[in-house]
Amino acid sequence: MPEHETAGQHGSPAREVGDFLRRRREQVAQRWADTPLFRTVFTVSRDEAVEAGKAVIEALAAVASAGRVEDTEADGFTVVREQLTRTAAARSRAGAGSAQVSNEVDALRPPVVDLLVADLSQSSAEHVRECATAATVLMGTLRLVVMESALNEGRALIDRQRMELLETATPVIKLWDGIVAVPLIGTLDSARSQVVMETLLESVVDQHARFAILDITGVPTVDSLVAQHLMKTVAAARLMGAECIVSGIRPAIAQTIVHLGLDLGTVVTRASLADALAYALDQQGSGIVDPVSRGAVAR
Amino acid sequence: MQTVGCVDARLPIHSDMDLVWVRQHVRQTAAQLGFGLVEQTKLVTAASELARNTLVHGGGGEVEATVLRNGHAPGLRLAFIDEGPGIADLERALSDGYTSGDGLGMGLGGARRLVHEFAVDSSPGNGTTVTVTSWTVRPPRHREEH
Ligand SMILES: Nc1ncnc2c1ncn2[C@@H]1O[C@H](COP(=O)(O)OP(=O)(O)OP(=O)(O)O)[C@@H](O)[C@H]1O
Ligand SMILES: [Mg+2]
Repeated sequence: MPEHETAGQHGSPAREVGDFLRRRREQVAQRWADTPLFRTVFTVSRDEAVEAGKAVIEALAAVASAGRVEDTEADGFTVVREQLTRTAAARSRAGAGSAQVSNEVDALRPPVVDLLVADLSQSSAEHVRECATAATVLMGTLRLVVMESALNEGRALIDRQRMELLETATPVIKLWDGIVAVPLIGTLDSARSQVVMETLLESVVDQHARFAILDITGVPTVDSLVAQHLMKTVAAARLMGAECIVSGIRPAIAQTIVHLGLDLGTVVTRASLADALAYALDQQGSGIVDPVSRGAVAR
Repeated sequence: MQTVGCVDARLPIHSDMDLVWVRQHVRQTAAQLGFGLVEQTKLVTAASELARNTLVHGGGGEVEATVLRNGHAPGLRLAFIDEGPGIADLERALSDGYTSGDGLGMGLGGARRLVHEFAVDSSPGNGTTVTVTSWTVRPPRHREEH
């Protein structure tokens, strides 16, 4: 049967797609360079786009030759994964949503399949169909690989931003002469609490503060590590001659602290920031003087 | 009474950032199941302690979360699993103030007081699994009095 012979000659459709990609690397890369994905990422030079395209085509050829057109974990993808991640990241930085990026990767498929079919014009219809299917599956796998990289990249980005947020958002506010406050927001892990402690101690010195209020209204979980950090900060402030007041312990957190068995006995606590301020003013002997007349004098 | 449910989520515990995800997942799941704010906070805090033990003492591992719907009320079971050195003296590890590192030594014993059911499966060299369960409504029959 001629059909059998053809199949025997060319080996499996996947391998044939691999051979085709190697043979037509230049032409496919040239066509890809004009697709939105490559045009928008490689804006500086078209040659660069063609080179990047060739690298991807080589990877696809390796995957196809290994007969693993459906396998997103195929070894062949390893060398281009980094490049694909950067490409996807560049697109999403430019505002493309994941559906759009997915479509843009899908637009790489027709040039491959069209060229392949043209190349196989001498083969049987059955064989052409098989090869086209293999190529289509392969390109679908590429699309999955890109989307997967983009997702991982997205998660890494969120992690990084969260880190930055944790480490930067520690403003120390001067509430009154000699009284500073830090509203803590978010997770108080070791890195973050180190920053908090340093910033707080600095401002105790700069502001000649005698009272420092740590407000934990925005801290979702107080476990033994957070408590330990709070107590260390309180102890350090005490050494600098300032008394710390911890405010904003919500009822649910207070109950949890008690069950956990943590002893905050040595720490002055108040329900709210306002209560803490009132306590500090009282201790300082400032009392609540009429803020309006005080402001007027200052002006 | 409760049959084994299938695991609803499995989260890695390999970094401080993973601890954030674990706490968030537990908080969200507990809220969806109808836990009150206090019970939610207790469970999240217990999870935070146990996940940190998995990370710090167990060298990393994972947590399996299972929603239990066949008790008298919905419940959430969390199993913290590591393949670290294990705990040689469990009683000592559970006692308040004992730490082999530089912690407060309140985590394990404190976590036990924060949940309704608590079990440790550990032996030296075979890793540690700490399993805790809390119910949206406290079980009528107290299984354990701390
Ligand atoms: N998963 C584990 N694998 C091995 N050892 C553990 C594990 N969990 C707890 N331990 C042991 O039990 C001890 C007590 O744990 P516990 O959580 O109470 O205190 P800690 O972690 O040392 O301090 P912290 O109060 O900050 O949690 C630990 O110091 C450790 O030796
Ligand atoms: Mg601990």
